[in-house]
Amino acid sequence: MNKIISLIAICLLFVTILSSCQQEKKLPFYGERHTETIKDSSGADKIDTVYQTIPNWSFLNQDSVVTTNRATDGKVYIADFFFTSCTTICPTMHRNLMTVYNQFKTNPDVMFVSHTIDFKYDRPYVLKKYAQKLGVDGAKWQFLYGSKDSVYTLAEKNYLVAVGEDSTAKDGYIHQGYLVLIDKDRRIRGAYDGTKKDQVEQLKKDIPVLLAEYKK
Amino acid sequence: MRKYIINSIFMLSIMAVIFSCQNQETVDLQNYMSNGKDIYKSRCQNCHGENGEGLGELAPPLTDSVFLKTNKSRLACIIKNGINEPLIVHGKEYKEKMPAFPELADIDVAQVMVYITNSFGNNQGFVPYKQVSTQLQNCK
Ligand code: HEC
Repeated sequence: MNKIISLIAICLLFVTILSSCQQEKKLPFYGERHTETIKDSSGADKIDTVYQTIPNWSFLNQDSVVTTNRATDGKVYIADFFFTSCTTICPTMHRNLMTVYNQFKTNPDVMFVSHTIDFKYDRPYVLKKYAQKLGVDGAKWQFLYGSKDSVYTLAEKNYLVAVGEDSTAKDGYIHQGYLVLIDKDRRIRGAYDGTKKDQVEQLKKDIPVLLAEYKK
Repeated sequence: MRKYIINSIFMLSIMAVIFSCQNQETVDLQNYMSNGKDIYKSRCQNCHGENGEGLGELAPPLTDSVFLKTNKSRLACIIKNGINEPLIVHGKEYKEKMPAFPELADIDVAQVMVYITNSFGNNQGFVPYKQVSTQLQNCK
């Protein structure tokens, strides 16, 4: 008898967990967080969690135009770090990211931002040629060039992606192949291995979930 | 009864010998194909794609049987040493650079070459390792 009761209890627990998951389909927040006490509309103190955000940035894009965070402000975007002469993971990352791009091409709320980590060679005109050969045209997917310091700091501190120069690596640089999903308030909401098809498929499912958060 | 069993064993072994002789090349081909596929996946697929479709204008497809046939004798050299000259594949010009793969042994080159020339709609048959080795010694 006891056994049956506990079995039922476990089943019930599962059902509640499952259904609660479905109800609140919300993507997680990545990075550091802290709480702040703020006053709500009625003037009462309220504790709020503040999440890590992407700071302001300014780089040259593939058209040699100064491009800043204003391009992505108020949009959901996917950021990654690569370089054009990379012969290992980048072709796979961008092959996969292309499929995401093609799916959300016509959605004005979604953007793509690729930072080169090859500050020596990947000048804007090199990025332009690369974008065209990949099959990308227009402003929806920005390819950004900046100084080593600014790009590497942004990668490691803000997007939480490891990048670096490494003379022993095949192409002279090492980096992680994450596609980082940023929400309209500049918070990190996902990181997907761009070399893995299943994770990229997950990204395609998560973008609409994130967009839906803003529809309420 | 005993005679019958011995007879059939004898027949079976003869058949086995004939069978294996006839198919040595088929067996080799299968071996090359399966090893070649592993090499392809780990070294080539990033640029040339899961189905040899290429990547935009950055990497040409491996589905142009005519190109592969015309360049049969230099494929091994292309794979091992990379290539950096304009190529016309499926009527489109590619002016990119393919990296060298110095870490691939001759047998690896032979296997991946046999794999690509017998996949993605290509069907050029078997090339033994010895022949590939000779080609690799005469790369320009
Ligand atoms: C970094 C990307 C990259 C990788 C990795 C790569 N290739 Fe290539 N491959 C290219 C490019 C680019 C060209 C065209 C070069 C040119 O335009 O001169 C090419 C050309 C070729 C060609 C001749 C043209 C054609 O399409 O038939 C063959 C064959 C080939 N590659 C096979 C391979 C094999 C086999 C491997 C794995 C061992 C491999 N490649 C790995 C980029 C790559």
